[in-house]
Amino acid sequence: MKNKKSNQAVFMLRNRKKSRLRESGYKYFFLCNGLLAIFVLGGIFYLLLTNAWPFFKEISLKEFILTKSWNPTGWNGASYGILSMVVSTLMVTFGAMLIAVPLGIACAAYLAEVASPGFREVVKPLIEILAGIPSVVIGFIGIVVLGPLLARILGTSHGLNAINGSLLLSIMSLPTIITLSEDAISSVPIEYKRASLALGANKWYTLIKITLPAGLSGIVAAVMLGMGRAIGETMTVLMATGNAPAFPTSFTDSVRTITSSIAIELGEVPYYTTHFHGLFAIGLILFMMTFFVNLVSDLILNKYQEVE
Amino acid sequence: MNKSTKIEMNEVIGFGLLRLAMVIVVAILGVILFDIVTKGYGVISWEFLTSAPRNRMTEGGIFPAIVGTIYVTFITAFLAIPIGISAAIYLSEYAKQGRLTRIIRLAIRNLSGVPSIVYGLFGVALFVENLNFGYSLLSAGMTLGLMTLPVVITASEEALKTVPKSHREGALALGATRWQAIKGNVLPSALPGMMTGAILGLSRAAGETAPILFTGVAFFLPFLPDNVMSQFMALPYHLYVMSTQHHSILQVRPLAYGTALVLITLVLTMNLLAIIIRYRFRKRFKQV
Repeated sequence: MKNKKSNQAVFMLRNRKKSRLRESGYKYFFLCNGLLAIFVLGGIFYLLLTNAWPFFKEISLKEFILTKSWNPTGWNGASYGILSMVVSTLMVTFGAMLIAVPLGIACAAYLAEVASPGFREVVKPLIEILAGIPSVVIGFIGIVVLGPLLARILGTSHGLNAINGSLLLSIMSLPTIITLSEDAISSVPIEYKRASLALGANKWYTLIKITLPAGLSGIVAAVMLGMGRAIGETMTVLMATGNAPAFPTSFTDSVRTITSSIAIELGEVPYYTTHFHGLFAIGLILFMMTFFVNLVSDLILNKYQEVE
Repeated sequence: MNKSTKIEMNEVIGFGLLRLAMVIVVAILGVILFDIVTKGYGVISWEFLTSAPRNRMTEGGIFPAIVGTIYVTFITAFLAIPIGISAAIYLSEYAKQGRLTRIIRLAIRNLSGVPSIVYGLFGVALFVENLNFGYSLLSAGMTLGLMTLPVVITASEEALKTVPKSHREGALALGATRWQAIKGNVLPSALPGMMTGAILGLSRAAGETAPILFTGVAFFLPFLPDNVMSQFMALPYHLYVMSTQHHSILQVRPLAYGTALVLITLVLTMNLLAIIIRYRFRKRFKQV
């Protein structure tokens, strides 16, 4: 009798042990999936680095960064410089931000402070739909609508240039900027606004002098994320900027960005040549640029959450 | 008196400008959709949707591209959804505040900012070359899957967070283990939110071009892919080809419009589905 009871106790204990084992099994299974994110990010960096390595053995970093011309298949010797591409990317991105930042913040302010709940309910899905339009379709619009329009305004033969790319990229980064800035503006404590209004400031004055400055760090983070998206965008610029590999001098020039260069050349290049590895080197630079922009945005956002 | 009217004017003009900005953004969306719908509508026919391109891609339809996009999106889903949801379960249900959790979150946020063309390079290096999958549906689908992963994780975690703590505590108090509580009480409530995130992520993957450019998509194939190692045609790449790479671009412009219309219809239908699911989900929680 006694024996039986203790048997039962042992059995229960063992059972509990088993279920505890199973429980921690589940936990570690889910942990592994979480860790995968680190592995993928690390893997991207590692594979870009190892594939770019043979390139840097032949071409010095200085030459790579300071040479204007990228012409791996040139008759009089190849040249591997990314300066023109980097300047093109920065130019198109700058142009896009010039349009998207004021427009995006204005929309965010409108949605957060002025619009009725009903209006918001309708417009927010519309902005999501804008975000959902594939980049290749935006690029197509650049070719069929914006290109001819710009050509007529500028009096050029085609409108595939940096302005076109900037306009399209501003469309692509608007949803990010609007959505995140609206979150930042909405999370400004209502006491701030009430205090301002109670002191006799009107709503516009309150928005400009109180609410926007209070939400500024969140807005800056939103703009940085939108900028990261613009820097890394490929299809739109590939289709709409004309892809002239020269050093750009004005916004009416055709430009060829970092992303377009990879997209154009990776399809034609023989594998494991200097040129092939060079494309990974370009990719590495691009990866580091966007990584930096995202990291800064992240830091700003974290700091801002702590203040709250 | 004078001063106060001036300030009021500021308000009127200021809010007027904000409203104008809003109108501009909505108008941009309107112009894009209007142009593609009005010019693409006439091209859509049963034949366009169900036949392969013919006569050096100047006639015929886009059937292989539609099928290819659906196939590759399925592979994306198989990779991104289980891993993404599991990672979200870890972050929301198991992870403690600590360095490891912070690094995982940082990695996820950074992954979502990695440019799509860099995912393409990564796909070439890992799937096409190192793992020897070659130019295939599998390589392209897995590249897109990794790209979609952060979207699914973030959205699933949001969904898990909206489930009230009491759901978990109730189950745990009745003697359920943590996994039983998650499986029986948390996941069912979070499911619609997770589905929303997954569908949004997949719709983005379906419209992506850069990651599949060098991992498996083909310029022209008259037949359908028969296994995961075959090359395939895809709608976004087909649109790119028809608008920039074709030998007589102006002649095939209508076909390009048709392709664009089919592509945005597919992508926006998925988006709309996600929005509707979320809307109903939110309403349900409000009633509780």
